Amino acid sequence: MAERRQIRWHIVVFLTPAVLVYTAIMIFPLFNTLRLALYTEVGQMREFVGLQNFRTLFGDPRWSDSFWNALGNNFWFFIIHMLVQNPIGVLLAAILSHPKLRFSALYRSAIFIPTILSFVIVGFAWKLILSPIWGIAPGMLDAVGLKFLYAPWLGKEEYALTTLALVSVWQFVGIPMMLIYAALLTIPEEIIEAGECDGLTGWAAFWKIKLPLILPSIGIISILTFVGNFNAFDLIYAAQGALAGPDYSTDILGTFMYRTFFGFQLQLGDPHMGSAIATAMFAIILIGVCIYLFGIQTRMRRYQF
Amino acid sequence: MTYFKLTGALLATTVLGTAAFAQELTIESWRNDDLTLWQDKIIPAFEASHPGITVTFSPSAPAEYNAVLNSKLDAGSAGDLITCRPFDASLALYDAGQLASLNDLPNMANFSDVAKSAWTTDDGSATFCVPMASVIHGFIYNKDAFAEVGVEVPTTEAEFFDVLEKIKADGNYIPMAMGTNDQWEAATMGYNNIGPNYWKGEEGRLALIAGEQKLTDAPWVAPFEQLAKWKDYLGDGFEAQTYPDSQNIFTLARAAIYPAGSWEITGFNAQADFEMGAFKPPVPNAGDECYISDHTDIAMGLNAASPNAEAARTFLDWMGTEEFATIYANALPGFFSLSKFDIAMEDPLAQEFVSWRGECNSTIRSTYQILSRGTPNLENETWNASAQVIKGAESPADAAKRLEDGLASWYAPHM
Repeated sequence: MAERRQIRWHIVVFLTPAVLVYTAIMIFPLFNTLRLALYTEVGQMREFVGLQNFRTLFGDPRWSDSFWNALGNNFWFFIIHMLVQNPIGVLLAAILSHPKLRFSALYRSAIFIPTILSFVIVGFAWKLILSPIWGIAPGMLDAVGLKFLYAPWLGKEEYALTTLALVSVWQFVGIPMMLIYAALLTIPEEIIEAGECDGLTGWAAFWKIKLPLILPSIGIISILTFVGNFNAFDLIYAAQGALAGPDYSTDILGTFMYRTFFGFQLQLGDPHMGSAIATAMFAIILIGVCIYLFGIQTRMRRYQF
Repeated sequence: MTYFKLTGALLATTVLGTAAFAQELTIESWRNDDLTLWQDKIIPAFEASHPGITVTFSPSAPAEYNAVLNSKLDAGSAGDLITCRPFDASLALYDAGQLASLNDLPNMANFSDVAKSAWTTDDGSATFCVPMASVIHGFIYNKDAFAEVGVEVPTTEAEFFDVLEKIKADGNYIPMAMGTNDQWEAATMGYNNIGPNYWKGEEGRLALIAGEQKLTDAPWVAPFEQLAKWKDYLGDGFEAQTYPDSQNIFTLARAAIYPAGSWEITGFNAQADFEMGAFKPPVPNAGDECYISDHTDIAMGLNAASPNAEAARTFLDWMGTEEFATIYANALPGFFSLSKFDIAMEDPLAQEFVSWRGECNSTIRSTYQILSRGTPNLENETWNASAQVIKGAESPADAAKRLEDGLASWYAPHM
């Protein structure tokens, strides 16, 4: 006789609060933003216009130039993080996990501390450090005879974005370092020792044994960096304002969206165009994450110890 | 901040104690610098003569004011009294039915048509804000620095650059305190400061609106050509210098000249411990007629959705009295009253600025009326163009062409 399956109420009960909260503060606003992108305001009335906002965003040169500029800057911002932040993070983790290093706990904390600082503090502090007028950067360079290297970096179109990306790297290098450090600690001693028996020591051991084992962590860090960078906004806003000067050279998708959505100075806010940009950002991040999940992560080899 | 909240709370409790049915008015403004002035002088003066109405001044950051105000008005959470930006920004609010018409305020008669023009509909049928003040552009200079270097106040373009050159050669002072980081100074204190002398004030401005002149015409490119020459006289790293940086450099006596608007006077009086003077924008050739930017800058309107409209109208009407004009003009030297009253001002620097009204022809900023209604917004574009020209990143002719193209893309008389 077949037993009647009981409805397991406790699952529903336990899930409900999380689902409700998540729906109210994440899913609903997300879909509402996507919906808002399909409307525009005519006079005082909201009117459905289909994909017209996207046609304006990509078709009207005034909008599309700003969009592609912001997207390009965003990629550069991401590339700097991938090329500087993550390798340095891995390197620091490798050094920290070295058993003979003294004061490693101190270094670990010191490097991680900027991560917990507010963007506003970081942006403001670096703006002061680099300021040509009050900053200590010109004085310090002068002290070592390298004054000629100094430029008002945040005010020059060619350097401003890179400078801000490096400030962001300075702030967040602790995250990849900690994740890789944790991954390195999980590698069993036996494997390293077995490698030593086969003649792999020092750097060779790192490249041939440790690196393959931490590759999944590096993958996760890359995708976190990607999502974080394409959602970035705070640092640029704190350091350069919503106009993302000089001449929009530090404008990334976040600041472009903010300026459009909420308005700035004399420019009035347009929630519908702003939502269209937000939708485009969502799509870009979604595509990036999908490429990673289906293209890279499924092919990654995992080792069982 | 906590201090203000505390005083606000204390004020509120005392008021609540005395008049249980007081009508409360809230003022929206971008003038967060004036918070203490409103709390200590203007509001007490009003409340003393109007028991039963209490007023709170609640400003937001200048850069975000327009955006914040619009969202608040849309959401129905804006204050009763709205500080009005001049021309198109406020006109748009009136057209959207968010500002009420103030034609019937008795004291509106105390303002001239010119004063009201910035807050009146194009057909002149309705005025929707009570004019408060205008600001005048010019240059503020450090008198000690000028004496030290041994230069006199310049009146012509050639003398102006001669003075800058001498200060630079002397080496003790940065000739001019201005940066391009925030962009708007370059347009407001640069382009629109020196420009009227080239486009002949109102004559050129109206011709531009009518489409008879283009931004690529010589009178409109000339100010950019002047700005391009400023680069050599700004401080090291001016590209990253912000507006507060410039103010501090000048008040710390590290720079000799500050391209200014008269609104700086209050702050500078408090900060600088040297004697300051002011000179008007230099004319191209000796003997040329001079023009100054005397910009109708600030006014106060009524939120059409205000539940306390009657009390708000009482307040707005009071703003048209001589009492308000006197308090405001003396508490904020540099914001010159637009009313017909002859107000005695004590501040010498403010007197210097206002004396130019008698010597020169007044005009307003060229980009504000009508020309900033479309996208791209000409005023915003001018910020960018002026900053680019000063940095040397764009030639004056190219910048002018870009502005003209942008304007022509939506403004019929320029198409």
